[in-house]
Amino acid sequence: MPQVFKRPVSLKDVPTHFCPGCQHGTIHRLVAEAMDEFGVRERTIGVASVGCSVFLYGYFDVDVVEAPHGRAPAVATGVKRARPDSFVFTYQGDGDLAAIGTAEIIHAANRGEDITVIFVNNTTYGMTGGQMAPTTMVGQKTSTSPYGRDRAKDGSPIRMAELLAQLGGVAFSARVAVNTPKNLMDAKKQIMNAFRYQVEGKGFSFIEALSTCPTAWGVTPIQANERIGGELIEYFPLGVYKDTAQWKPRIAPPAPVEQPGARAFPEFMNEI
Amino acid sequence: MGRIEIDEKRCKGCGLCTTACHLKLISLTREINVLGFTPAITTNRERCTGCALCARLCPDLAITVFKDK
Amino acid sequence: MSQRLFVKGNEAVAMAAIEAGCRYYFGYPITPQSDIPEYLSRELPKLNGEFIQAESEVGAINMLLGASATGVRAMTSSSSPGISLKQEGISYMAGSELPGVIVNISRSGPGLGGIDASQADYWQSVKGGGHGGYHIVVLAPASVQEMYDLTMLAFDLADIYRTPVMVLADSVVGQMKEALVPNPRPVTILPEKAWRVRGRREGTEQMIVKSLFLGDGELEAHNWKLHGKYDVMKENECRQELFMADDAQLVIAAFGSVARIAKTAILMARDAGMKVGLLRPITLFPFPTKAFQEVTLRCKKILDIELNNGQMVDDVRLSVARDAEVYFYGRPPGAGSLPVPEELFEQIKKHY
Ligand SMILES: Cc1ncc(C[n+]2csc(CCOP(=O)(O)OP(=O)(O)O)c2C)c(N)n1
Ligand code: SF4
Ligand SMILES: [Mg+2]
Repeated sequence: MPQVFKRPVSLKDVPTHFCPGCQHGTIHRLVAEAMDEFGVRERTIGVASVGCSVFLYGYFDVDVVEAPHGRAPAVATGVKRARPDSFVFTYQGDGDLAAIGTAEIIHAANRGEDITVIFVNNTTYGMTGGQMAPTTMVGQKTSTSPYGRDRAKDGSPIRMAELLAQLGGVAFSARVAVNTPKNLMDAKKQIMNAFRYQVEGKGFSFIEALSTCPTAWGVTPIQANERIGGELIEYFPLGVYKDTAQWKPRIAPPAPVEQPGARAFPEFMNEI
Repeated sequence: MGRIEIDEKRCKGCGLCTTACHLKLISLTREINVLGFTPAITTNRERCTGCALCARLCPDLAITVFKDK
Repeated sequence: MSQRLFVKGNEAVAMAAIEAGCRYYFGYPITPQSDIPEYLSRELPKLNGEFIQAESEVGAINMLLGASATGVRAMTSSSSPGISLKQEGISYMAGSELPGVIVNISRSGPGLGGIDASQADYWQSVKGGGHGGYHIVVLAPASVQEMYDLTMLAFDLADIYRTPVMVLADSVVGQMKEALVPNPRPVTILPEKAWRVRGRREGTEQMIVKSLFLGDGELEAHNWKLHGKYDVMKENECRQELFMADDAQLVIAAFGSVARIAKTAILMARDAGMKVGLLRPITLFPFPTKAFQEVTLRCKKILDIELNNGQMVDDVRLSVARDAEVYFYGRPPGAGSLPVPEELFEQIKKHY
């Protein structure tokens, strides 16, 4: 019988350190599949962030630069400007991107850097033991919100896909989930769309992927997955928030940002 | 006609595949594997259609799927 | 090229960066260094380079980290409060062994302080300003010519040792105009940047630029390696200027802008028949320990002068011969606290 489902070659054949049921693994695979399908592995430079996905280089078979916590979009900016011919993506958690790294993500997006950002929203700081994140749901108990997130004190969960869609430099922004086969297929489609924008040199693309953290949430993997389909998707609706190819804004959009793809660079003019 | 192979050494026993299979052909064992988890196994294998949904939902790429054309 | 130009110290830094082959600049405005980004924002696009005014100094240093990881020459510049923000990135670059040039046209502090000349960032610069126990090379120019020459040297040292290098000056040297001979880039044999990320074209092995080492013994080994490099720098890269020190009975230790003022005071002392000289560290890290040892074998009096309450004096005390005496004179930076030559001459008379 022929094999119909295979490991993407961009993903190394090693076991991951992720907890049982953690969807970081699933999202890694979808990104690797997109890499395979676009044939960009050989020119990809990944930028790892600080969080449970810090070992990006251990799983993706591509060159990787590790960024300080929250700074991946700035590091990716430097990489892409210096090597405009590479495919550059960051992979960041919600603590990393939506808390400590808000300045970096907003301005990389607003400049329209020709990079792809994979944002994994699991409503908590997984790596440090499940503390409250900017994306934590109101009422959600975490190790630093033991009485539940209090809207009056802690604010409301931040919706990054919608927020970034407002910015002139953003070409594509979508929120996806991998909790059901249907959502997963759609997630793959949107990741492919995000990749296409960069491959065609058309600007900043953003994927927010809802993900489970059964360990920090203190539930079984199946219960965690059910939470995605219930409470989380209700507050963080799935969908495409911006797709410049289709986008018809009511207010005139800012002038399109000229993308680095259009710039002429001498090959490594200053490399020794 | 399809067939799946679950890599027992890679399976972390999260059980997401059991929810993916609409024919409920996958369940978790009680035996503990090298990682210390109770991995998934298939039952009623002959009914597998090779749809690969279990494999797609698996975060650990522990399932390989074969299917007759 | 024997052309002579009349330029500001900050402009000399920018010109030298271009001459050194740097085509990528990332920065954020802050007085008194803004001439550097202003110059480069004008010139780099003409050279197909990239100038980014970042969202913050944190953004800028991390853009430098990313660009440097691809193997290109890149830089950032700022002044003290901005340099504080860059410390995180500098620590990561030191840990990841990434070259890169950081210019600090320092100003007075703490906090917002003021915009006056200051040497109060000495400790932060030479003792590893971020976490983790590392060093970066620190060069301290005292003239516009040196702003130019040492900036070019900074790029070479960064590449040779795979380390961030800081050019530490202040508004005296940065804002002053002087004659400059724009020397061509020195011919240096530089190692190949085999470690750079490039994408795995032609099936090259996976390149990883990182500072995280979790395996048993890995981080210790990494730190031994870094500290081994610092030892090599101490051996090979110390630079200093000796001025009228041969017969001196009192040697002034001062760096950067203060060393200029000290020179005038030394000439006043010489006119008065006092044998006074100067030992000016040009590399603050590695600190020219041997030069201090040698000078104090003969001359037993060192007067350390700084525009702060005493920072470099710690390293001077650790470096001199056992029987040498080290005096200190300094004023905390702030408007009006830059010492005048007469004031330093008084100090010379006091300790001579
Ligand atoms: C400057 C800094 N502050 C704090 C930390 C500690 N830290 C490591 S990971 C992390 C949060 C990770 O959460 P998230 O980005 O949501 O990733 P997840 O683990 O949930 O995937 C924090 C706070 C750090 N490494 N650096
Ligand atoms: S702590 Fe949470 S995010 Fe981290 S690996 Fe475990 S389940 Fe995944
Ligand atoms: Mg998280």
